[in-house]
Amino acid sequence: MCGIVGLFLKDKSLESQLGVLLTDMLITMTDRGPDSAGIAIYGEPSPTVSKVTVQSENPDRDFADLAEKVQPMVGGPVSLSRRDTHAVLSVPHGTAEALRRQLREVAPDVRVMSFGDSLEIYKEVGLPRDVAARFDIASMTGTHGIGHTRMATESAVTTLGAHPFNTGSDQCLVHNGSLSNHNSLRRKLRREGIHIETLNDTEVAAAYLTWKMQTGATLGEALEKSLEDLDGFFNFVVGTRDGFGVVRDPIACKPAVMAETDQYVAFGSEYRALVNLPGIEQARVWEPEPATVYFWTHGDTATPTGKAA
Amino acid sequence: MTVKDNKENAPPRTVPIQSATFSNPINAEIRRAAATGIYDIRGGGAKRRVPHFDDLLFLGASISRYPLEGYRERCDTRVTLGTRFAKKPIELDIPITIAGMSFGALSGPAKEALGRGASEAGTSTTTGDGGMTPEERGHSTKLVYQYLPSRYGMNPDDLRKADAIEVVVGQGAKPGGGGMLLGQKISDRVAEMRNLPKGIDQRSACRHPDWTGPDDLEIKILELREITAWEKPIYVKVGGTRPYYDTALAVKAGADVVVLDGMQGGTAATQDVFIEHVGLPTLACIRPAVQALQDLGVHREVQLIVSGGIRTGADVAKAMALGADAVAIGTAALIALGDNDPKWEAEYQKLGTTTGAYDDWHEGLDPAGITTQDPVLQARLDPVDAGRRLRNYLNVMTLEAQTIARACGHNNLHNLEPEDLCALTMEAAAMARVPLAGTEWWPGKTGAGF
Amino acid sequence: MQTYDLAADGLRGLNATLQAQSDETNQTEWTIVNPRGSHAIAVGLDAPIEVKVMGSTGYYCAGMNKQATVHVHGSAGPGVAENMMSGTVVIDGDASQYAGATGHGGTLVIKGNASSRCGISMKGIDIVVHGNVGHMSAFMAQSGNLVVCGDAGDALGDSIYEARLFVRGSVKSLGADCIEKEMRPEHIELLRDLLARGGCDAKPEEFKRYGSARQLYNFKVDNAY
Repeated sequence: MCGIVGLFLKDKSLESQLGVLLTDMLITMTDRGPDSAGIAIYGEPSPTVSKVTVQSENPDRDFADLAEKVQPMVGGPVSLSRRDTHAVLSVPHGTAEALRRQLREVAPDVRVMSFGDSLEIYKEVGLPRDVAARFDIASMTGTHGIGHTRMATESAVTTLGAHPFNTGSDQCLVHNGSLSNHNSLRRKLRREGIHIETLNDTEVAAAYLTWKMQTGATLGEALEKSLEDLDGFFNFVVGTRDGFGVVRDPIACKPAVMAETDQYVAFGSEYRALVNLPGIEQARVWEPEPATVYFWTHGDTATPTGKAA
Repeated sequence: MTVKDNKENAPPRTVPIQSATFSNPINAEIRRAAATGIYDIRGGGAKRRVPHFDDLLFLGASISRYPLEGYRERCDTRVTLGTRFAKKPIELDIPITIAGMSFGALSGPAKEALGRGASEAGTSTTTGDGGMTPEERGHSTKLVYQYLPSRYGMNPDDLRKADAIEVVVGQGAKPGGGGMLLGQKISDRVAEMRNLPKGIDQRSACRHPDWTGPDDLEIKILELREITAWEKPIYVKVGGTRPYYDTALAVKAGADVVVLDGMQGGTAATQDVFIEHVGLPTLACIRPAVQALQDLGVHREVQLIVSGGIRTGADVAKAMALGADAVAIGTAALIALGDNDPKWEAEYQKLGTTTGAYDDWHEGLDPAGITTQDPVLQARLDPVDAGRRLRNYLNVMTLEAQTIARACGHNNLHNLEPEDLCALTMEAAAMARVPLAGTEWWPGKTGAGF
Repeated sequence: MQTYDLAADGLRGLNATLQAQSDETNQTEWTIVNPRGSHAIAVGLDAPIEVKVMGSTGYYCAGMNKQATVHVHGSAGPGVAENMMSGTVVIDGDASQYAGATGHGGTLVIKGNASSRCGISMKGIDIVVHGNVGHMSAFMAQSGNLVVCGDAGDALGDSIYEARLFVRGSVKSLGADCIEKEMRPEHIELLRDLLARGGCDAKPEEFKRYGSARQLYNFKVDNAY
């Protein structure tokens, strides 16, 4: 049960403001989710560097020599840039996924928040305002981002239980709702070899998408399939390296508002999350249809908006 | 001769044995279902035996603790509900309230009797899925107005007339289900109050029409507070299923009071399969709910009302010892009014049932005139007499609870604690998290004995 | 005319002030600026006053309204005019889920589209939507009228009781026990009045009427769900 915000920029001139805009949207959703908050932010992908975002309860100790520890594993230059309890490891392009698996051995106390070429995820327990401040999200730039404020229903209020969940390279997912078959699905996915960390229902949804995509589905196809295989109530907002998607369950009780202008596509659990966006008065504002997958990509054309699949 | 000889010489035969699995009642139900094609509908709560307050005992005081004098020394019973946010909390003389029961499910005189009895005993009564009647408001000094998914008869004037508002998310008899009122009971007045055609079978929604989940509930509670100037305590009532999470989420959504109804809690009508197979026994609900309140640091600040199978002062005292601030009674109150009274046995027989088993409240044929809209039948219940019986019963329960509290050395019912209790069975020990009698252990307990 | 700045002066003050207006008030016109999607704006009013909300609102704007006219110059969030008793609520933009939910009376006019569950469990309210309505609209609708000048989504009028539904455009699907019904002269007249009150220039003859088949009114073996 939560608040979701998302912002997908079409206009490059807004990229420097992405963090400022998302921070404001996130804080507006505090009432819907006072337990924890998180943000996934997509920067410009580099052809030479991939990124692993890590978190530690004891960052002074764990981050001190992490870059040196990691260097032999990736066989190239590694840099570490820290933000509070999180740090981004920049590693040679294409080595992030293997590193994610190996990190457990060299740094068992460090937890991977995300990996990919453009994605960084920051999330912690606490009020959205405080979480946004400790990571200085307002200072971040990028092409698109997704934020989440959580009111925990059944699983623990922890950093790992916070959203967004990383679902695969440069993929992330946030959720508002409550899944009713996540326990069975978690067992099935674990048998399929998918790593699932928590008892959180959303992580199961994220892992489900990862599994579908590992077995050949596109993200759009995986989302379509999720409508059959996930039971319960959900609004999902997902991010990919250059895309942004939304899907609601067939009953569609949990709130969702979208806005689109020539400059951006935005998502909010409530309209008030969108009120400070530039030009919102002139935006096309609507609510996504139930059981319908929406997807936007940067791609080649300026506004390749539309439903996937 | 020959015949007799044959019998005497025949080998011994197997005695006919009833199947425990396919028992006569089960087989009868299979035949009934096969003949009618519809599930069984009835009123009341779970009839199966489940671990209950009877499986707990109080320890009492002796040398290590000192008891209070039964008639002389003070043992306070007052409780204030809604101290968290409401400007006008409800103050009750006794911690036993009357649970929500609708006009429609119950007759007008029965509702009046509940109001009279509760008022005389210094406690509150509660509306139900059908709106507030002027009679009910008039005869209840403290009236809790239920805010239900159906919103039958819901209006801002009655909301402001109420002393508290109870947002009903679910009830113990049917957690996850909506109300039912069958055509026999949709009289002209009930139909008008609910804005429904007369005589239809009414099935209410299981979810509220305009919110789903705790994040939305927080906004709904804000609206209700804004409409009522932040004066009224807001209760949130849930059926006992996931009491830890539901209590925690009600608190996060801004409730002043959490009402928790276990599976023995009654209903006017629902599917028998719902009543008997969904939900937790009341005994199993209380500790997880109290744990949630304690984890959030609001135990006693957000009050907990427990209901579902409360019958005696001992039950009241045990619920409070486990951490409840008050209890609510429904079925017991109806019995005090005269429901299932042996004096109607001949009429119960005509209905194919017997005293103590009559639960077809939805059919509207209640010989006692309580669960009916039939003018002739309902005239059998004198609201003044019935109200007096309810008052007497509430007073007895209070005296009983005080007796126990004093014997345990407490000058206030709210000072009863789990350590005053022991359990007779492993099941009750596990559910109530109190030691099995004579031991210092309960199933699931870890760590040192004391 | 009184102006109230919600961002500066807060929700409690706003509702307390508006609720304090009586039938005889001479402060009959109010303008609320900076609503910024806030919840529970102008709820529980009970006086013949006119309230203009200059922007979009959050949940439950004009909830439980009596007598007042509330005009939202923007879009409305979930549950606008929920449980309205009387008066008029006008939304210039779109309305989110549950518009007019459980409303007992009065008129709700939505000049844009209404989202899902418009008129859910309505109990006498009249709702006029200039655009489309989403899925499950008029679910368990008990009485009153829902007029849709555009299209209706899936499962229109599911488990409907005695409410009347008028739709000019297409209906994606009808819900359980909801059927198309004959437009008789009295329905044309009723609709003409509703359209006039809703400020629509559509012709009543262009609409189809939907209502209850009344097959779910009593338990039967074949519809025991």
